[in-house]
Amino acid sequence: MSRINDVGGMVGFPAIAEEPDEPAFHADWEAHVLALNAALIRRGVYNLDEFRDAIERMEPAAYLSSSYYEKWFTAITTLLVEKGVATPEELAVPGTDPGG
Amino acid sequence: MSGDHHGSSAISERVRHVEALLEARGLVDEGEIDRSIDDFLAGGSPVNGARITARAWVDPGFRDRLLADANAAIRELGLSMAGGLQEQRLKVVANTEDEHNVVVCTLCSCYPIALLGPSPSWYKSEAYRSRVVRDPRGVLAEFGLELPAGTRISVWDASAESRYMVVPRRPEGTDGRPEEALAALVTRNGLIGTAAV
Repeated sequence: MSRINDVGGMVGFPAIAEEPDEPAFHADWEAHVLALNAALIRRGVYNLDEFRDAIERMEPAAYLSSSYYEKWFTAITTLLVEKGVATPEELAVPGTDPGG
Repeated sequence: MSGDHHGSSAISERVRHVEALLEARGLVDEGEIDRSIDDFLAGGSPVNGARITARAWVDPGFRDRLLADANAAIRELGLSMAGGLQEQRLKVVANTEDEHNVVVCTLCSCYPIALLGPSPSWYKSEAYRSRVVRDPRGVLAEFGLELPAGTRISVWDASAESRYMVVPRRPEGTDGRPEEALAALVTRNGLIGTAAV
């Protein structure tokens, strides 16, 4: 059974867009997401396979509409809740919807 | 999609909030985050893949060792696939007159960052991941690489434990050039297989 990340051979995606002189990160938050993930794995909060799994079991529509590092951030917050580190309410910016 | 960048301030604020929460709980510290970002940006570069390629072009013995056991061979150049969160198995494949190789990670974004630097967004896009395994010749043509109809194309699908790198063909007319000059000819896309050198 394949999940939404298993796109090899799937038809319907658009042409490939190359970005000349592309930077490693397009915004500071992307770099912070990468570093937060590495820190949490080093601390043993979760491991690399659990992280990949948390991306790959994203709801398909959310997976396809999220940018690369948005997927990473979704996986991090999913795992922080599942591992009992924080509640969805604590992870949400005050005044915003914890589901968002 | 995965190749896009949603630069909204909302997610920026959410990431800052979660980072502050984790700092408050002692799970991360600010210095560690900054060091981690610096290490990532300094940790890998296509210069490394280019050095490996140039050595393989000038030294047939190294080329043989590289294709047989890349993890061991790149240690001869002081390089390693063990710098990340876990050591990765490396397989290096070499283009020939009859065969062209190209690398993808259909499931996500696995990529030899130590040898090629941070991966480009197109490599992580669903468009590239879905299409290059179905129509590699067409995709390579979109990159400007028109291969003769008789050239066989092998597509290598990376995984969590395995990474691939392509040794492009040495250009004609480069006999006698020093290794450093040869390395300067090698591009990142050449090492992925979406360009010739």
